[in-house]
Amino acid sequence: MSDMRTPLSRVRGHGSAKSGTEHFWLQRLTALANVPLVIFLMASVVALVGADYETVKAYLSMPIVSILFLLLIGSGIYHMRLGMQVIIEDYVHGDGKKLLAVIGNNFFSVLVGLACVYAVLKLGLGG
Amino acid sequence: MADTPARTRPRSPHIGIYRPMLTMIMSIVHRITGGALYFGTLLLVWWLVAAATGPEAYATFLDVATSWIGRLVLLGYTWALIHHLLGGLKHFVWDMGKGFDLTTIEWLARLSVVGSVLLTGVVWILAYAMAGAL
Repeated sequence: MSDMRTPLSRVRGHGSAKSGTEHFWLQRLTALANVPLVIFLMASVVALVGADYETVKAYLSMPIVSILFLLLIGSGIYHMRLGMQVIIEDYVHGDGKKLLAVIGNNFFSVLVGLACVYAVLKLGLGG
Repeated sequence: MADTPARTRPRSPHIGIYRPMLTMIMSIVHRITGGALYFGTLLLVWWLVAAATGPEAYATFLDVATSWIGRLVLLGYTWALIHHLLGGLKHFVWDMGKGFDLTTIEWLARLSVVGSVLLTGVVWILAYAMAGAL
């Protein structure tokens, strides 16, 4: 017998990561923040349809617009990262594959978020 | 665990055995739109990075975005965004512990279909009006 622990004790040792409540709370918190921010994004895009480059650039360099975009990116990317994590946990089976998918999710989210933030800051700070 | 043989455990019935219902489809669509919006953020990256890069990069983005396939993707993106947003609002109602009776659930599901299509239409009519195409 290599393991003296009872099945119950093994489950306890490898059970919940105790982070489920935080995941749920941040998922809902970012969802709430996303509501006005997504409406702002759609309004911005609609307002810029047919506009020339200079107009788009001028709009995206306004401080209030930069700030709202940064908030949208932060909240939106965090929300989608949490959502994709759940999808992976539900459908990707096998420890190796699941680990790779979770790593990929984190890399993709950070990449997308950072690229957006960099572009918004460059426009906002007049680069 | 070497001394205990692996057992085939009973499985819970999966979606394949249920009759499709609107509420169930809305739940699935909420997840699909979420997944689509996940990869759709690449469009947001492209738009912002192109705007930050310069006029040529932005012109390339506009060429693709305003092509028929670009418009089709953006139309789908708009609908997915609005549907997912309405689905999220529905979840807030449920989070409050309200709206769980069958009639309300059914109406909320219908509302998210009709609402998302109507609002997508409104956004696109406004967009075309902005472009001076109406």
